[in-house]
Amino acid sequence: MTNPKGRFGIHGGQYIPETLMNAVIELEQAYNHFKNDPTFNQELTELLNEYAGRPSRLYYAEKMTKELGGAKIYLKREDLNHTGAHKINNVLGQALLAKKMGKTRLIAETGAGQHGVATATAAALMGMECVVFMGEEDTIRQALNVYRMRLLGAEVIPVKTGTATLKDAVSAAMREWTSRIDDTHYCLGSVMGPHPFPTIVRDFQAVISKEIKEQILQKEGRLPDAVIACVGGGSNAIGSFYHFIEEKNVRLIGCEAAGRGIDTFETAATVNTGSLGIFHGMKSYFCQDEYGQIAPVYSISAGLDYPGVGPEHAHLHDIGRAEYVPITDDEAVRAFEYTAKSEGIIPAIESAHAVAYAMKLAPTMRNDQIIVVNLSGRGDKDCAAIARYRGEDIHE
Amino acid sequence: MSNIRSAFENGKAFIAFLTCGDPDLQTTAAAVRAAVKNGADLIELGIPFSDPTAEGPTIQGANLRALNGGVTTDKVFDLVRELRRDVTVPLVFMTYANVVFSYGADRFLSTCREVGIDGLILPDLPFEEKDEFQPVCRMYGVDLISLIAPTSENRIAMIAKEAEGFLYLVSSLGVTGARNEIKTDLASIVEVIRRNTATPCAIGFGISTPEQAKKMAALSDGVIVGSAIVKLLEIHGKNAPGPIGEYVKSMKDAIR
Repeated sequence: MTNPKGRFGIHGGQYIPETLMNAVIELEQAYNHFKNDPTFNQELTELLNEYAGRPSRLYYAEKMTKELGGAKIYLKREDLNHTGAHKINNVLGQALLAKKMGKTRLIAETGAGQHGVATATAAALMGMECVVFMGEEDTIRQALNVYRMRLLGAEVIPVKTGTATLKDAVSAAMREWTSRIDDTHYCLGSVMGPHPFPTIVRDFQAVISKEIKEQILQKEGRLPDAVIACVGGGSNAIGSFYHFIEEKNVRLIGCEAAGRGIDTFETAATVNTGSLGIFHGMKSYFCQDEYGQIAPVYSISAGLDYPGVGPEHAHLHDIGRAEYVPITDDEAVRAFEYTAKSEGIIPAIESAHAVAYAMKLAPTMRNDQIIVVNLSGRGDKDCAAIARYRGEDIHE
Repeated sequence: MSNIRSAFENGKAFIAFLTCGDPDLQTTAAAVRAAVKNGADLIELGIPFSDPTAEGPTIQGANLRALNGGVTTDKVFDLVRELRRDVTVPLVFMTYANVVFSYGADRFLSTCREVGIDGLILPDLPFEEKDEFQPVCRMYGVDLISLIAPTSENRIAMIAKEAEGFLYLVSSLGVTGARNEIKTDLASIVEVIRRNTATPCAIGFGISTPEQAKKMAALSDGVIVGSAIVKLLEIHGKNAPGPIGEYVKSMKDAIR
């Protein structure tokens, strides 16, 4: 769906400093070459299968299905991947690509820390240097992941500017990339930023929907009625949607972080509350004020706490192919707790946003209908924060 | 011919950058007048943006202080109206694409013409995305100023051929801010620029001392200084116009 200039409808593009233009052009050329290279693809498949543990399971959540009473619910278990989230799919692809390009150093931004951990992991595996930028606020919310990254040999730089969250980490990583391009690849973690990142990251995450399709056909002999995923920048969602975009009978539903509610300022629901803008290299929807100043967004989930959304999601919204619904902190926390008690699975608080919508939708559907929820990550990292949300201090 | 060319008619040009509203708009106005009085040939007025991704810590701080002080695009336009009562040197805006986009390109650029802005610099608008604003800039006679970086290489000719106003040659990799040493082979970049355009070329990023300015001006048509001036505002606040005037004089004297 990408045109040569990296547009998805009116969205996307390359709004970046001149200093980076040759770097993204070089990346695009390298990607176009290697994506059709049998050796590259074989190496990547081997890494995904043998190292990351793919394919991930498509699990029938029978108990949840019975309790909610309605559509059959399947959980795509991206939480079972090595490093505990879908982020590893993209990172192994980009790290391998960077290595083929002769780069020796990976830099990355991270929100919840999952992408940072995945990047630090790939860097350790491939013998590359790694620097991760993380909002200072998030280094506190996700202290465990900071330790994991350091354990893996990465340097973690707390970003103190702005709101000290994900958007500031992206800005800091972009600034770092403009100062050191020759040996450094910016391993962007979501389907955002300048072209070709939204396309590269989508292609590496599309393995999720490819597997869902094969697995559901095998288990049910038919496609699902709805696929649900959480959306921050939108990488696990686009990965879950991609091979269903042309299957018009499959509803595609992205769950945005509404924070304390879309009628408050403490929200990160970009499609629901934002407007068209240009930021972080792309044209898309952003939470911003009337003068284009980027809003200080809020969500309990550090991974969804971002004021923009990937350009392909903005386009899928424009053409009505995907729906984007807001889920509040409270709904997500209840889904987090419910999934733990009902199925014995602790989902990432990000993924709990998707479960929360499935909990609303399933009872409205018939029991011969099927919902697939992408469980994008595991929730161990969130336990301390959720305990705090419930008024308990558990000292990690 | 664009009004911006007049900035390059008094020998090498000294271009001063300030972030509007740091610490307040009255100080900005006084600082602009002090710079012009002491030899600044062109003023770059920064419209603050919440997330200035091309800026180092000094100018990031200025953006934040200005926004916290309640500066908006409309208030910056009012500042320019007030400055134009007596300031005649070319004035250009330096901001980010979203500030122009969200205001509405047509509304933004028609107001630029109305208040007397001669050019626009958008560090996050590379050659490939120029069409976003170029046609509207043309319509209102505002020069869209292009940047060339140390990494531009095969892109220099393409950018230079379509350059308007002046070319902003970025001296070093990375973001804005003072540097001890500029290592890029700027002479060879300028040579390619000269072969492709008669548009003047000024060097910016990292220049803070008269010695650096002299060296950079010898290679090009002028120098752009931002962070060093913003630093004076950070240190002296409302009392910065005096030190800024003295500083601009020392820099302009060095490149004359």
